Amino acid sequence: MSLMTLRDLTVLRGECPVVDHVSLRVERGECIGLIGPNGAGKTTLLRAALGLLPASGDSTLAAQPAPERARTAAWMPQAREIAWPVTVERLIALGRIPHLPRGARLRPQDRAATDAAIARMGLESYRSRIATHLSGGEQGRVLIARALAQETPLLIADEPIAGLDPAHQIATMQVFEDLAHEGCSVIVSLHDLGLAARHCTRLLMMERGRLVADGPPSEVLTPENVDRVFGISAFYETTAQGPVFQPMAVTR
Amino acid sequence: MRLALGLIALVALLFVLSLISGQAPVGASQSLRALITDDGTPLSVVMREIRLPRALLAAMIGAVLGLSGAAMQGYLRNPLAEPGLIGVSGASALGAVLAIQTGLSLMIPLALPLAALGMAVLAVLLILALAGPRGTSITLILAGIAISALAGALTSLALNLSPNPFAAADIVFWMMGSLADRSFTHVWLAAPFMAVGAALLLSLGRGLDALTLGEDAAQALGVNLSGLRLRLILGTAACVGAATAVAGAIGFVGLVVPHLLRPAVGARPSSLLWASALGGAAMVLAADIAVRELLPARDLKLGVLMALVGAPLFLHLIYKTRKEMA
Repeated sequence: MSLMTLRDLTVLRGECPVVDHVSLRVERGECIGLIGPNGAGKTTLLRAALGLLPASGDSTLAAQPAPERARTAAWMPQAREIAWPVTVERLIALGRIPHLPRGARLRPQDRAATDAAIARMGLESYRSRIATHLSGGEQGRVLIARALAQETPLLIADEPIAGLDPAHQIATMQVFEDLAHEGCSVIVSLHDLGLAARHCTRLLMMERGRLVADGPPSEVLTPENVDRVFGISAFYETTAQGPVFQPMAVTR
Repeated sequence: MRLALGLIALVALLFVLSLISGQAPVGASQSLRALITDDGTPLSVVMREIRLPRALLAAMIGAVLGLSGAAMQGYLRNPLAEPGLIGVSGASALGAVLAIQTGLSLMIPLALPLAALGMAVLAVLLILALAGPRGTSITLILAGIAISALAGALTSLALNLSPNPFAAADIVFWMMGSLADRSFTHVWLAAPFMAVGAALLLSLGRGLDALTLGEDAAQALGVNLSGLRLRLILGTAACVGAATAVAGAIGFVGLVVPHLLRPAVGARPSSLLWASALGGAAMVLAADIAVRELLPARDLKLGVLMALVGAPLFLHLIYKTRKEMA
């Protein structure tokens, strides 16, 4: 059974389509990278798929009642908002809200999920730190852990690795790969095409609201696509250490 | 847990102190005995008809003001938000002023609180029309500012056109906020609104916790934002409208109390709700004791004392936050 199906999903801003008739299916065990230049409609597509924006067309996620959807898909928005000076552990535990019965406190399984998310993101030493006092990149990792604690079959994250140091970028992408191996699926929008080529099983390429390519990285990151959509040329080869994609020059 | 017990003990202590403070020169144990057993003396009447409703109103008003302040700050994710922000207290005050200005309050004893409640309801309808189901937190703030400004202007107009200087003085003194000479009628008038309002606001805890992550993330966690906003507006309006109707404008409680207690609950918006209710009750009880003990002969107004204490406290908090930010 697929985790999410979009059919002709369209979002209009005034007359202009920001997301233009996008159709796709997400199966279990996929690590999907959503790529495209600024303003291509990546964030809008993800928000509309979740039902956070009014849209025409179908999204199986948006059709679910909100509490049920919150147990199917976790969402990490691009804006890293932490409104109050709560501890890291307490913030990550907010991801358990969809699973808590009305009026209940955190149960042992909720604490276990929180602990597992903290361990996956390597945040043990931050547990009792105040989240608002952390650096931007650290806050980003805490918020990824918050989404992981939701323990949903589908994780949707909008530029989760932006602003992270190289080690944590790679580690985070590996966490997403691990989730896919465990049978969950991840959709992650990102601008680092090198990391996308190495870690994603499938890439979605957007240009001006339309989905222009959908497939394994080697089929999506062709010289023609990269030139037409991003306006760059790139070095892309499969080496002994795996695929290497390196943007080289601006072509226009 | 320790915080809850401490706050409950504090409220209970201040409640008893409020009962035994007043102009009649009677000992504490004698007054309390007169409260429990009706011995037919005037003291029993004083205790049962004057001091008990006064203490009850102080605790109720403080609790709902603290609670709605905490809810408003949690929803707007802004420590400077306060319950007056949605314009209901301004509108409620306008209703009371109109009742005084037209002389209605002299003819019908309950005209003043009823007019105040009526205007509060009108303000709620207006705010719902402006910041309706699809509105955002920004439209709510803007609608609140507009309604407050309009109510303020109309209050000034009523003062401007007041028929005689006595009515003008009445209006000005009423607006300063006080709990003097209130009866059980006032308690029963305010209690149902406050109970419904408090129940609505206390149900917001989990949604407010989720809002720590922003509106988008909260919605994706299954929180129904428009339902939450509706409960917030109705709950705050019922609480603040009823409080203003029976006691006039009492500021700073909803602003300072959540701010003061936030570190004690680890900044969790849901825990801050009940903590601020207890803290607000303690603060208003304490202030109402102070107005009677500091200048017993001069009828010091509760709202004035609250602002006198609240503003420096707030300055101190800002100073502390500034040091933390640096």
